[in-house]
Amino acid sequence: MNILTGNDLKTGEVVWWDGQNWSLSVHDAVDVGGMGEQILAAEEAARRVNVPYALVASRTEEGVRPAHIKDRVRALGPTVRRDLAVPTASKTGWDWVI
Amino acid sequence: MYQYDQYDQAMVDARVEEFRDQAQRRLDGKLTEDQFKPLRLMNGLYLQLHAYMLRVAIPYGTLNSRQMIALGDIADKYDRGYGHFTTRQNLQYNWIKLEDAADILADLSKVEMHAIQTSGNCIRNISSDHFAGAAHDELIDPRPYAELLRQWSSFHPEFTYLPRKFKIAVIAAETDRAAMRLHDIGIQIVKNDAGEVGASFYVGGGMGRTPMIAPQIREFVPLDQLVTYAEACLRVYNRYGRRDNKYKARIKILVHEMGAEEYTRQVEEEFAHLLEQGVEPPLAELERIKPFFADPAFEDGPKSIDRSDPDFALWVDRNTVRHKHDSYVSAVISLKPVGGIPGDATGDQMRLMAKLAKQYSFDELRVMHTQNIVLPHVRIADLHALWTELEAADLGAPNLDTIEDIIACPGLDYCALANARSIPLAQRISEKFAKNGRTEELGQLKLKISGCINACGHHHAGHIGILGVDKKGTENYQLSLGGSEAEDVSLAKITGPGFDEDGVIKAVETVTDVYLETREDGERFLDTYRRIGMTPFKEALYDK
Repeated sequence: MNILTGNDLKTGEVVWWDGQNWSLSVHDAVDVGGMGEQILAAEEAARRVNVPYALVASRTEEGVRPAHIKDRVRALGPTVRRDLAVPTASKTGWDWVI
Repeated sequence: MYQYDQYDQAMVDARVEEFRDQAQRRLDGKLTEDQFKPLRLMNGLYLQLHAYMLRVAIPYGTLNSRQMIALGDIADKYDRGYGHFTTRQNLQYNWIKLEDAADILADLSKVEMHAIQTSGNCIRNISSDHFAGAAHDELIDPRPYAELLRQWSSFHPEFTYLPRKFKIAVIAAETDRAAMRLHDIGIQIVKNDAGEVGASFYVGGGMGRTPMIAPQIREFVPLDQLVTYAEACLRVYNRYGRRDNKYKARIKILVHEMGAEEYTRQVEEEFAHLLEQGVEPPLAELERIKPFFADPAFEDGPKSIDRSDPDFALWVDRNTVRHKHDSYVSAVISLKPVGGIPGDATGDQMRLMAKLAKQYSFDELRVMHTQNIVLPHVRIADLHALWTELEAADLGAPNLDTIEDIIACPGLDYCALANARSIPLAQRISEKFAKNGRTEELGQLKLKISGCINACGHHHAGHIGILGVDKKGTENYQLSLGGSEAEDVSLAKITGPGFDEDGVIKAVETVTDVYLETREDGERFLDTYRRIGMTPFKEALYDK
């Protein structure tokens, strides 16, 4: 699946496109198919998100899992500060990142 | 230490208000990210993996307690309760909100700090010897010259848009504690045969994807021409440095491609021209700066201590360094607890270090490029009391320059540029060697880890270096051996194929085994490597 991510303009928090808005949970991310560029352009123009981009992910039993480790770290938080993890991101623990 | 005059303060305050307006226009949607990005970067505000990151300049790594308290308070008020001390003697906050950024800069300005020129293609924070002004082996205190260069380079109109970022280090001892020859310009204050004090210039060093050791281009520049010579070096770079390819834009590439001899010839020509123009700051300015760095009122006192507590004695042996006054030492506060995150300190720890600096070190602290903190002037008589407080705050790790004292960049846990995580490796390696008890036996062993080729973790200069790379979407680590950032500077060489996370930790253990088996009396890991070469290490790593 193709999903979209970026950073919240005001807070810098990592956000994911849920089809209508930007969510803090990667598991809310929806497959945008071939519409990614169009949505990104509109959202960036509307100043609703910072530096958005499209990425490949898969839907698993544990939820949406980005293909690249960098995006999984973005989704969950620094692996070395588990106390600062995004609360909704991990359903299976930190092995999910690696 | 240096205190702002009315011009310094006015400049910083004006910049805060300018940025406040810029940030508000971005938040209001009046600026695009493309328009805003260069403005925020000029104020040290990056966008990293999880949030905005603010890099605060700590000129030549020198702080007073008031400033350290402010850094701790900002960590608690605007961030998530901690900050990260970097390999260029700065501090980074990892969780900044854009809507708070101008307020943070205003708080910094109140204690004579800022984040200006901590990013962008300009002259960055001037770095120096973290023991400057305290070291027993320095010729003079280099900090007045570092400060003069700071003032010269701040908002320098000609050097605001260089081909690429530019880093300068200034030292005044034979022992290089600032990785001087791995900077764009390294300045070593020296004495010539006539007994005059001047500066040797080394230009074109650096790490990153193309590591180079700076060649000496001028053996002796009179101190009253130091800024002029630096200006000549920059002018030639600004004129000929490549702007078409950011990977070939650093001055090291120019010096390498032009040749050190031709580069030097052009610098000398420019220098002669600039001398006629009189661009050197007036001597009066240097004389105004110097008293800020005068010695504190040292007093004679005990020169020995009760070493009956073995833990205390170990800390004294490892973490204190000879001072120019024999009743004092410089004490290193390790930010590398076993299993901890190198360079991280909580707001509470920062405030405690500030308190201890006020109580025991004439109100001074230094940030080391190895991500530790120095109290430069501690009475030997006060060491036990100091250590007791550090121990209680998890700041008493006795591991300076050991395999537990690892430099690690933020890596993939925080950095948008990284390919692999650095911090977990540092944590696991320090735990492993603390557990197997080999740290003491291994002696001085500098291990440095970078999460990408940009080399913020100085892996090229590690006795053992580790570079994280992306191998088809997974983390992989290259091991290198034989680097040094000190006066015996050298670049590490890659051992061979890379390893996964478990594999590289095992590989570190393997190369230390080779060292212990083959070392001769008094040899450090680096000495043994230089004597026996790479082959025995490769055989142990790769021959099954």
